[in-house]
Amino acid sequence: MYAFEIETPSTVQDAVAALKSEGAQALGGGHTLIPTLKSRLAAPEKLVALSGIDEIKGVRMGDDSRLCIGGGTTHATVAAEAAGHYPGLARLASLIGDPAVRNRGTIGGSLANNDPSACYPAGTLASGATIVTNAREIAADDFFQGMFTTALDEGEIITEVKFPIPEKSFYAKMLQPASRFPLTAVFVAKFADGVRVAVTGASESGVFRWAEAEAALSSDFSKAAVDALSAPPADGMIGDIHGTPEYRAHLVKVMTGRAVENAA
Amino acid sequence: MPDGGIGAPTKRREDLRFLTGKGRYTDDINLRGQSYCVFVRSQVAHGRIVSIDTSKAAAMPGVIQVFTGDDFAEVGSIPCGWQIHDRKGEPMLEPAHPVLARGKVRYVGDAYAAVVAETEAQARDAAEAVEAEIEELPAVIDMVKAVSDKSNLVHDEIGSNLCYDWGFVEENREATAKAIDEAYHVTTLELVNNRLIPNAMEPRVAVGDYDETNDHSTLHTTSQNPHVIRLLMGAFVLGIPEHKLRVVAPDVGGGFGSKIFHYAEEAFVTFAAKQIKRPVKWTSTRSEAFMTDAHGRDHVTKIELALDNEGHFLALRTNTYANMGAYLSTFSTSVPTYLHGTLMAGNYKTPHIYVNVKAVFTNTVPVDAYRGAGRPEATFQLERVIDKAAREMGIDPIEIRRRNFIQPDEFPYQTPVAVSYDTGNYQATMDKLIEIADLDGFEERRAASAARGKLRGLGVNCYIEACGIAPSNLVGQLGARAGLYESATVRVNATGGLVVMTGSHSHGQGHETAFPQVIASMIGIDPSMVEIVHGDTANTPMGMGTYGSRSLAVGGSAMVKATEKIIAKAKKIAAHILEASDQDIELKDGMFTVKGTDKSKAWGDITLAAYVPHNYPLESLEPGLEETAFYDPSNFTYPAGAYACEVEVDPETGQVEIASFAAADDFGNIINPLIVSGQVHGGIGQGIGQALLEQAVYDDNGQLLSGSYMDYAMPRASDVPSYVVDHSCQTPCTHNPLGVKGCGEAGAIGSPPAVVNAVIDALHRGGHTHVSHINMPLSPSRVWAAMQKS
Repeated sequence: MYAFEIETPSTVQDAVAALKSEGAQALGGGHTLIPTLKSRLAAPEKLVALSGIDEIKGVRMGDDSRLCIGGGTTHATVAAEAAGHYPGLARLASLIGDPAVRNRGTIGGSLANNDPSACYPAGTLASGATIVTNAREIAADDFFQGMFTTALDEGEIITEVKFPIPEKSFYAKMLQPASRFPLTAVFVAKFADGVRVAVTGASESGVFRWAEAEAALSSDFSKAAVDALSAPPADGMIGDIHGTPEYRAHLVKVMTGRAVENAA
Repeated sequence: MPDGGIGAPTKRREDLRFLTGKGRYTDDINLRGQSYCVFVRSQVAHGRIVSIDTSKAAAMPGVIQVFTGDDFAEVGSIPCGWQIHDRKGEPMLEPAHPVLARGKVRYVGDAYAAVVAETEAQARDAAEAVEAEIEELPAVIDMVKAVSDKSNLVHDEIGSNLCYDWGFVEENREATAKAIDEAYHVTTLELVNNRLIPNAMEPRVAVGDYDETNDHSTLHTTSQNPHVIRLLMGAFVLGIPEHKLRVVAPDVGGGFGSKIFHYAEEAFVTFAAKQIKRPVKWTSTRSEAFMTDAHGRDHVTKIELALDNEGHFLALRTNTYANMGAYLSTFSTSVPTYLHGTLMAGNYKTPHIYVNVKAVFTNTVPVDAYRGAGRPEATFQLERVIDKAAREMGIDPIEIRRRNFIQPDEFPYQTPVAVSYDTGNYQATMDKLIEIADLDGFEERRAASAARGKLRGLGVNCYIEACGIAPSNLVGQLGARAGLYESATVRVNATGGLVVMTGSHSHGQGHETAFPQVIASMIGIDPSMVEIVHGDTANTPMGMGTYGSRSLAVGGSAMVKATEKIIAKAKKIAAHILEASDQDIELKDGMFTVKGTDKSKAWGDITLAAYVPHNYPLESLEPGLEETAFYDPSNFTYPAGAYACEVEVDPETGQVEIASFAAADDFGNIINPLIVSGQVHGGIGQGIGQALLEQAVYDDNGQLLSGSYMDYAMPRASDVPSYVVDHSCQTPCTHNPLGVKGCGEAGAIGSPPAVVNAVIDALHRGGHTHVSHINMPLSPSRVWAAMQKS
C-alpha cells in the first residue's frame, strides 16, 4: 500500500466536492479497492470514503412501487430489509461473499465496479432497475458497458437504485471454487409484460441479457422452455483455470433453467 | 493411576494460548534496533541478469543497505539434504542454489536483490526503486518436454534439465517387464498428481540477530526443525559453527512440510544482521508465500498393473516425471524416490515392482515435501490403477484388494521395493471400514440420491505409509546427508516436576499434551507435572525435528528412553533411602515401594533427595536427576488403513459433493485418541482439497496463475463432511518402545484416491462408462467435460 489521504464526508454534496480533486477516488465497502491498494496495484492520492453518508443508506418502498435501495447500503442490510418486498433480490444479497463481506460491501460499490463476476449487476440488469446518481438517472440497460466499465462519469456517485418488483424471480449461482464469486450465475425476473434474464460471471463483456431465453420464457415461463433452447455460443465467454468457455456457456443454460424452476 | 495418561482423550493444553491470541509466533518477535527487509523478486520465470542498479534505492529514505547476489559471492550454496544416484550409479546433477540470484533468475519470485531499511514501508518503496535489466529467456515449464530440451536449460552449467533418472529396484527391471509382457491382463493408467501450494496459516518469517560482543548469531524462524536449519545454514551456507549460532522456532502456525526446508531468506537475514550489526526482520506476504514457499506433489505418471485371470497382482511398473522446480530444496530429491518408490507395494503381495523416476528442473518455485511427501503420490496411482483394473476385470473393488492383501501371518513382510513391513492387518481395517461406512446401506443411499437427480458413487481404497523416519544407517546408504534419530533430555526438578526438552517440534501436532501423557503413565503422576520445551537450539539437544509423522515414534521413543534412565536412577536413590536393593524397588502410581513390604517413598521424596543429597549414595551415584537419550529407529513404521468416500455428482454441472467419508486406520498404540482423530480429520480435509479444489497452475511463460485465494481454492468447512474415523484396529509397531506408528499424514495420503474412485464410480453408475480417469482437482468443469466425451 502506498500512502494516501482519506476524507470521510457526511453528505453527497461534500463527497462530490472531495472527488473533484486530482487523483481522488471513491471508497465504498472496499472489497475490491483495498486489496488492490495492498498489492500496490493502484495509487490514488486521496480516498473519499462514502460509508459516513447516511442519506445514501437504507431500503424503502418508493411511491411508484419500486424498491429503492441507497447506494451505500450493505449487502447484509439488503438481505434483511428487502426480503419482504423483493425476496429474489434479498436472496442474491444474502449469497454474496461471507458475513464480513456482506456487512461491509455496498450495492453502489458493486455496481460502480462492475466486476464481470459480481452478483448485483445480474440482479440489477434483470430487474430493469434504474441507477440514480448525484447527477442523473441511468437505466440498467445503459449502465453496464463491459467488464469494469459503466456509464458513470468521473466522480459520479451512485446514491440509489430503484428496482421494479417482478412477479417472480430467482438467482441461480454456480460458485467459482476459490473466490466464491459466480463462475456463472443467472437472475431471472418475470414481470407482467415479459421476462428478463441477466447473466454474470460468464462473458468477457461482463453482465449481459440472454435474449433467446427472455423471448422463450416470455411466452412460456417454464423450465421446459429453457430446455428447448441451445446454450448460448461459447465464443466470447470467459475461459480460465476454473472453466472453459464451453462450460460457462453450458452453465448459462443450466442456471437459467434452475432459476426458472425456483422462481417465486 | 492418575487420569490423563496413555490413551486418555485429553484436550490440548496448548490450544488455550493459540485460541486466545496468546501464542508467540516469529512475527511477534521484535528486537531492539530491528530493521526490515524486503526482497526484490523476479517477475519473469527465466532471465539473464544483465545489470542491477541499486543506487537509487540506496538513496531512498530510511534505507540502510541494498544487497545483491554479488554480496554473497563468498557465501555457500543452499544445500540439498539428499543425494540420489541414478540408474547407472551416477550422482544426481546438483546445481548451485544462491541466497540471492546471480547471473540468472529462474522462477517468478526468485529474489535477486534485497533492501534493508528502518521500516518495512521504506524497504518496500526502495525495493521498487531497484533497477534491473533482465533479458527474458524462454521458460522451461513442461517437465516432459524439458527432459529432452538441450537448448533451453534452467541451469546452463549442468548441461541438462534432468536431475536424475532413477530406477528402483534396478535389478527388478527385467523381471517386471517380462511379467507384464506375459500377463493375462494389464491395466494402464496415465495421471497427474496435481501441484499444490501448502498455505500454512502463518506465512514464513525470519529475524536475524547478531551480537558483536561475542560474535554470536541468532535466527528466529518459522521452522519445523531448528537444529536442521542450524546445521544446513551454519555449516554449508554461512560458515558459522554451531556454538556461535542459535536457531529459535517458537510457536509455528502450521507447516505441512513447507517449513522443513532451509530457505534463502533465513540465510539472508542472518548474514545481513551481521553485516549491518542490527537485527533484520523479514515477514512474507501471502502473495510471496504463494510464489516462494516450496510447492508439493507435481508428478506426471504412467502406471501399469499386470494381473492373472483371477485378479491376482503379478507385476507393477510405474514411470514418473517429478518436478524439482528451479533449485533443489532440502528434501526435494528424496520425495519422489525413497519416500515414493518404497511404497509402491502398498498393502499387497505384488512379486515384481519396478519404479522409474525422472526428476526435472523447471522454471517454477522448488517442489518439496508436503504432508505425505511421496507417499500420497504412490498411494494415488496404485489405488487408482487397482480400481481401474477391478472395473476392467469385473471384480468388486474391495474383493480384488482382499485377494491381494499381505495376510496377518505373513509379517514381517519383505516387499520387492526394499522395505520390510513389521506388522499389520489389512483385512481387519477393511472389515472395520465396511462397518463404520455402512457400505451395506450404499444402494439405498444411491437410490435416494438418484431421486434427487444426483449420481452417487462409492470409492474405496487402502493405503500404507512408511513413517517414523528413519533408521540413520539405512537412509545414509540411500543418500541422506543427515541422520534421522531424535533426542530428548528429561530434567526432573527437586520437587518432582519434569521438563522434557525434545528435538521434535510442535507446529500443530499437540506434543505439549501428548508427550506428558506418556511420562505420566511411566511414572504414575499427573500429566500436569510435565512440561515440554522445544524449538530452540540453545536449550534442546540436537534434534532432527518434526515431519514424516515421526514425532511420537522417534521423538517419543527418545523421551521414553531418557525417562527409563531417570526411573532406573531414581530407583537406586530410593533403594538407598529405603535400605533395600534397587532390584527390589517398584515404581507404581508415583510411589517407590520395596517389593513385598509396606516400605515406600513418594516420587517427590526421591526427586528431592536427588537435589538435596543428605541421605544419598554419593560414593556411587551423582546427585541430580537429568538424563538425555538419542533414539535411532531400527525400521520405519507402517501405518495403514482403508478409506471410503461417497460422492454426489450433479450430472448437469459436474459439481462433486462429498456425501460421506469414513477412515479405518491402524496407527498401532494410541496415546491421545482425540488428537489422533484431529490429525486424521485435518489430513482428509487436505486430501479432499487436493482431489477436488487445489491446483497450482503456471502458464507457458511461467507466471503463477493461481497466485492468490481468488484462484487457488482451499477447502472450506462447507466442502467437507462430518468424518467417521476409527482407530480401534491396532497392530502395535514391533520395534519402538511405545508401539506407535504415527498418524499425521495418513489422512492426506489415503483420501485423494477414495474421492476420485468415488467420482468415477458415480459417473459409471450414471452411464458415463467411457470415463476411466479424471485428473485432480476434479473441478465441476473437468467432470462435466469428461461426461461430454463419449
